[in-house]
Amino acid sequence: MLEALPHRAAIWNFLFGRLTLDSMPFLKPDLEGRIVLVTFIIVAIGGLAILGAITKARKWGYLWKEWFTSVDHKKLGIMYMILATVMLLRGFADAVMMRSQQAVAFGPHMGYLPPEHYDQIFSAHGAIMIFFVAMTYIVGIMNYVMPLQIGSRDVAFPFLNNLSFWFTFWGAMLFMLSLFLGDFSMAGWLGYPPVSELQQGSGVDYYIWGLQLSGLGTLLTGINFAVTILKLRAPGMTLMKMPVFSWTTLCTSGLIIATFPVLTATLFMLALDRYVGTHFFTTGGGGNVMMYINLIWIWGHPEVYILILPLFGVFSEIVPTFSGKPLFGYSSMVYATVAIMILSYLVWLHHFFTMGSGADVNSFFSLTTMMISIPTGVKIFNWLFTMYRGRIRFTVPMLWTLGFLFTFTIGGMTGVMLSVAPADFLLHNSLFLVAHFHNVIIGGVVFGSFAAVNYWFPKAFGFKLDEFWGKASFWFWQIGFWVAFGPLYILGLMGVTRRLSHFEDPSLQIWFIIAAFGAFLIALGILSFLIQIYVSIVRRKAYAVGHDPWDGRTLEWSTSSPPPDYNFAFIPLVRERDAWTDMKAHGFRRPLDGFNPIHMPKNTATGVVIGVLAFACCFGLIWYIWWLAAASLAGVIAVAIAHTFNYHHDHHIPADEVREFEHAGNWQPETRGVNA
Amino acid sequence: MSHPSASGEAAHGDGAMHEHHGSLRGYLTGFMLAAILTIIPFWLVMGHVIADTWLTIFIVLVLAVVQIFVHIRYFLHLDARSEGGWNLMALIFTAVLVIIVLGASIWVMYNENANMMPMSPQYRHHVQGK
Repeated sequence: MLEALPHRAAIWNFLFGRLTLDSMPFLKPDLEGRIVLVTFIIVAIGGLAILGAITKARKWGYLWKEWFTSVDHKKLGIMYMILATVMLLRGFADAVMMRSQQAVAFGPHMGYLPPEHYDQIFSAHGAIMIFFVAMTYIVGIMNYVMPLQIGSRDVAFPFLNNLSFWFTFWGAMLFMLSLFLGDFSMAGWLGYPPVSELQQGSGVDYYIWGLQLSGLGTLLTGINFAVTILKLRAPGMTLMKMPVFSWTTLCTSGLIIATFPVLTATLFMLALDRYVGTHFFTTGGGGNVMMYINLIWIWGHPEVYILILPLFGVFSEIVPTFSGKPLFGYSSMVYATVAIMILSYLVWLHHFFTMGSGADVNSFFSLTTMMISIPTGVKIFNWLFTMYRGRIRFTVPMLWTLGFLFTFTIGGMTGVMLSVAPADFLLHNSLFLVAHFHNVIIGGVVFGSFAAVNYWFPKAFGFKLDEFWGKASFWFWQIGFWVAFGPLYILGLMGVTRRLSHFEDPSLQIWFIIAAFGAFLIALGILSFLIQIYVSIVRRKAYAVGHDPWDGRTLEWSTSSPPPDYNFAFIPLVRERDAWTDMKAHGFRRPLDGFNPIHMPKNTATGVVIGVLAFACCFGLIWYIWWLAAASLAGVIAVAIAHTFNYHHDHHIPADEVREFEHAGNWQPETRGVNA
Repeated sequence: MSHPSASGEAAHGDGAMHEHHGSLRGYLTGFMLAAILTIIPFWLVMGHVIADTWLTIFIVLVLAVVQIFVHIRYFLHLDARSEGGWNLMALIFTAVLVIIVLGASIWVMYNENANMMPMSPQYRHHVQGK
């Protein structure tokens, strides 16, 4: 049910709901208040500096016209990548706070974080890392690469793509706002009731509405990508000639379409429980708290495959390119992907073996969980056999791929250990589990995202990323990961449970200190990544490359770097898998004449406006400011309807402009690799 | 080996969506079938036509499933040919997932409920009565 509003004049309660000056934690005089205050000052100074710099450089018009209102999948992809990187810093700051707290909070020392603050930090860390780092990275990569790879000029619904981005962005902003206004959920990254129903204040509501907003964005993205792949492939590109990355994008989109509505419905029921006093998940009121856990994992397990499948695709592009060979076992790779997509729906109960389903149910889900490691193993062997007797170039993307193979395989094996239900009764909720899922998510999704960034960066910007700092970043991450999570495996086997802000047994402390040192190494890895970007931008003239710097195999390398707005002056005709390799082998010459005007979608501000209004609506719901919620919801509907009357949503790029770009764009003689 | 192809078209999804949208006759057939399939369950329940409640429930459920197919056929225009078979594929995929999710959820929750929830007096009596 709704909480009581503060005691003050009714007009204030009408205008501001339950928002008061006390909602701002940085005004409180305690230690937590001071930590938040310092953070607030840093963020405020940093934010003002960025805004000031943009204003001084008179870039607002440029940002608005070229980026914010853009429906170009390439620009949206880049914006997703920037958002994910910023959120990675936020989520990692949370991780550092947890690691340092656990390294010092032993015996009489309580550390610097009180339990209720610590609980918010691990909840925010998990939710941010999954939704706004991992999801945002993969959506960014798919957005940028997939349409280029299938030889399309944009996604099927360009405006929807822009809208999805703004939903994700404002969802992330709700999470960020919870730092300085109110608090955050203490119920873990999945918001289990009864904690999520009993916690007072705005925390859980930030969680619910932030995820509803970004979840809607993700759902629209999934629909968009699936339609794009099914409808807009270049002529000749049958499904079995489609690059594996596009295949994994298709399967991930299918999973998104099928599962995100479950998340939306579950969180909506949780919201109803909190707002109008239904009892879907309160046992006392005739509901069932176990149903929440069942439903959230019906979404949650496919979600981890949504995250990893596109990265499997990324590795399937990188390994053949840098081994100078076609991918080993293309068909088995595709079938393995599809098998994972279906099987991922049959394993969710392994997240709650201990809840009491009984031996028969547990055995079934235990077996399906072991089964899903088979197609994953097939993929690992396919990559290994692709490398076998290839001439491997150990570039930065390839290093990340090798790091992934090593790290992810071990994570997979500890996963099989956890899939044994009786063993899970010991390991459930322990640090072993925490180490396992960081092992697969960092080893798979994070390493894969960095591999993808290093691989496609030259395509997106026309210059390569710095090798030295790339390698530094890789080694810091790779070693830092094992130093940080190796101790957690050991502690978990000793029986230490997760989510504790204080320990009694001093003999455990050394492991937590080692883990904290690992987090420090990872911090150096992130720093190296940022330096890598910075150094590369500074030296962009020296690092400039042509359209095909890696001797690539797929269509995105056939157009210039960066690609023109229209991607391809002429839609390529596909004859083989690895279409670009085939074109090169047959002496493809880029046509420099005979251009036609190109039909493209026009930019629109509707996505930005709907995004802001949706954010305002969620903000109103969180703080019980009903007039704001109602007005902005009405605004969303009105703007959406008005947009359907916008018949001027397309334009033609004149043939002369196309000709101009095709003669001037970043094309160099093909930069062949060592195996040329 | 790329050939200049007809440029411009299909840059965004507009051109692809103009498949057949059914005829008046189709919609009327669908409407009549849907109406009949709705009236029968109402009549069965309101008129207490069949004495056995479980049989009534079963018949209502069967008619509901038939109703789903009527909607799919006449209102959503889904058949094996539309959109090159992809619509059917998507439908089968959805059906498989819905069956898995609903079926397994019922199975899981039934077991959870039996094992973990407070025992009903009836059940407790049943256990202790042996």
